[in-house]
Amino acid sequence: MRHIISILVENEPGVLSRVAGLFSGRGFNIETLNVAPTLTPGLSIMTITTHGDEQIIEQIIKQLRKLVTTLKVVDLSEASSVEREMMLLRVDAEGTKRAEILRIVDIFRCKVVDVSPEELIIEVTGEQGKLTALINLLQRYGIKEVARTGAVALRRGMQG
Amino acid sequence: MELSGAQILLESLRREGVDVVFGFPGGAVIDIYHQLPNYPINHVLVRHEQGAIHAADGYARASGKVGVCLVTSGPGATNTVTGIATAYMDSIPVVIFTGQVPTPLIGNDAFQEVDIVGITRSCTKHNYLVKDVTKLAHTIKEAFYLASSGRPGPVLVDIPKDVQQAVTEYKYPKTIKMRSYNPTIEPNVKQVRKVADLIAKAKKPIIYAGGGVISSNAHEELTWLARTLKIPVTATLMGLGCFPGDDPLWLGMLGMHGTFAANHAINNADLILAIGSRFDDRVTGKISEFAKKATIVHIDVDPTSIQKNVLVHVPVVSDCRAFLLALNREMAPRLDEGTATPSHDKWLAQVQEWATEHPVAYSHEGAAIKPQAVVETIYKLTKGKAIITTEVGQNQMWAAQFYRYHTPRTFLSSGGLGTMGYGFPAAIGAQMAFPDKLVIDVAGDGSIQMCIQELATAVCYGLPVKIVILNNGYLGMVRQWQELFYAKNYCATCLDVAPDFVKLAEAYGAAGYRVTDPAEVEKTLKEAFALPRTVIVDIVVDREENVYPMVPAGKPLTEMLLV
Ligand SMILES: Cc1ncc(C[n+]2csc(CCOP(=O)(O)OP(=O)(O)O)c2C)c(N)n1
Repeated sequence: MRHIISILVENEPGVLSRVAGLFSGRGFNIETLNVAPTLTPGLSIMTITTHGDEQIIEQIIKQLRKLVTTLKVVDLSEASSVEREMMLLRVDAEGTKRAEILRIVDIFRCKVVDVSPEELIIEVTGEQGKLTALINLLQRYGIKEVARTGAVALRRGMQG
Repeated sequence: MELSGAQILLESLRREGVDVVFGFPGGAVIDIYHQLPNYPINHVLVRHEQGAIHAADGYARASGKVGVCLVTSGPGATNTVTGIATAYMDSIPVVIFTGQVPTPLIGNDAFQEVDIVGITRSCTKHNYLVKDVTKLAHTIKEAFYLASSGRPGPVLVDIPKDVQQAVTEYKYPKTIKMRSYNPTIEPNVKQVRKVADLIAKAKKPIIYAGGGVISSNAHEELTWLARTLKIPVTATLMGLGCFPGDDPLWLGMLGMHGTFAANHAINNADLILAIGSRFDDRVTGKISEFAKKATIVHIDVDPTSIQKNVLVHVPVVSDCRAFLLALNREMAPRLDEGTATPSHDKWLAQVQEWATEHPVAYSHEGAAIKPQAVVETIYKLTKGKAIITTEVGQNQMWAAQFYRYHTPRTFLSSGGLGTMGYGFPAAIGAQMAFPDKLVIDVAGDGSIQMCIQELATAVCYGLPVKIVILNNGYLGMVRQWQELFYAKNYCATCLDVAPDFVKLAEAYGAAGYRVTDPAEVEKTLKEAFALPRTVIVDIVVDREENVYPMVPAGKPLTEMLLV
């Protein structure tokens, strides 16, 4: 099963490689990884998506907690959470394709952030499913390049 | 008080109560060595950095204190990696100080630069590169705190040369508080009660103890519990010494080369109290067949050890000693009421029967010296009062099977990593901690050659360490596997060309003996042990003797090959 793990860490040199090294050294796989500072100076949040059965995820979480630089680890898949990812796509948009692409951009509530005679760069934010759907739709026009941030996630509020 | 980085390091070591540092100098630590004579710290100059880290590790295992090791950058640092991984796998508190190239050169492939923090990330509990001298004192305090608290382990501090030279106001913190590191020491009260309730119902309980009992100094509490409730005890290699080896409840080691009684008892038990042990694959054999009838209680200070290999029914995250104190306190009123535990007499009789029917044994046939007999003789002469270190291989297993350990910290062996070359430098470290104790390295002729250069160290410091080589002319344990499972294809395990160990000892200024006659073993060992010098006793033993019992890898514990 896919899990989103959120890790609060000390923002120190080497922290990222400690976490990443833990995954590779123990044969766990990282699907996406995202890091950025939090509101508290000196602390960062990492969001990692990974796959594994219950026992593997339990090990991953315990191992992450064991790192001396880790403050908190939460498996967001256990609670209801909000998940978003941002993606930029460079799409071939010559001639008649352009209007069709722009209609899709509209429906998906994406933004066009760069325009040239041959191509468009599209910005999209959403859950993994939405991003995949968009990629599937735009594939036929010719996607030239994709850059994705990996998921970020927060637990929903009002859950008692 | 203004001090240089080098002085800060040494002053901090003094305040940590460090009385000995095992090290080897070089350009990147020369500033520290320059200051060393001004501090009340003994320095043991080894002959290879692997010797330094193993010695620091042996010192830590024998004394229960933190071992300290100091080496230069680059090759000095990388030479310690095997020893760091050894300490990491066995949860031994050591702090390693490495010199680093000056900060402006870091990342430039400077002379003798290596990213030792990167290299050792996966085999240290934590590590640091100190780039600012004002952070040095705090980092050192933190390193000692991390190495010795929670689940102990090695911590490395990498100090660039310019940081050693920089000067700052010195203030050593009294205590350390880290928001991201708070090991759980005390057990959950409800879990303790649950364990007591399980004991109160168990008809076939067993204690399976590991190195955690020794590192948390819980042997007395463990012994009280076992004896009071009459629960038989088995232990891992790392746990030897946590329970008196001559007690009727003692079953010996379990696992691949464990006793018949221990392996059968664990597989027939209805309650397993796993204390400070981690269900290593050398212990469990085939996991799916392991202890199927038992409720398993697992006590460990490290939550990652719990549920890693086997499914545990009652997990308890706690320091082993804190747990046993709480459990024993919980037991006391139940003992008065007589509800602590049902009678185990039938179970004990069964376990006893296994033990008497199949003791660890060996064939006495042939004219050659039996290696097992050598270990038995060492026990006879020392009565369990020596500190035994071992190399790795058959020698290690025989030392575990045929010597009886009565007190903790008297058996020092590389359990988790199985590092050949560990035993001799570890013996040097143990002898530094206990100058008056008899310290004996039980060695193989293969392993001893991996750190043999430390003979110079032992002789130089007048350390009367005894090396007893069980010389079979083979990399014996690998040869045994080849014999049993690889059609006797003895590829690359015959040590045809070997040094004359007696001459070698003498060349280094130590004493050397060779024994080839079984009748001479006891006499020679006695003489060697009485000599106040570094001694090698090279004992030529039966070449193709094997370690039994043996559970073939991946087989259930009860499928044992016996003598
Ligand atoms: C550094 C290292 N290299 C290789 C091994 C693999 N190994 C395990 S036991 C063994 C044989 C040891 O031979 P020896 O020291 O002569 O001891 P014996 O088994 O004969 O008692 C070897 C090579 C190891 N454990 N450590």
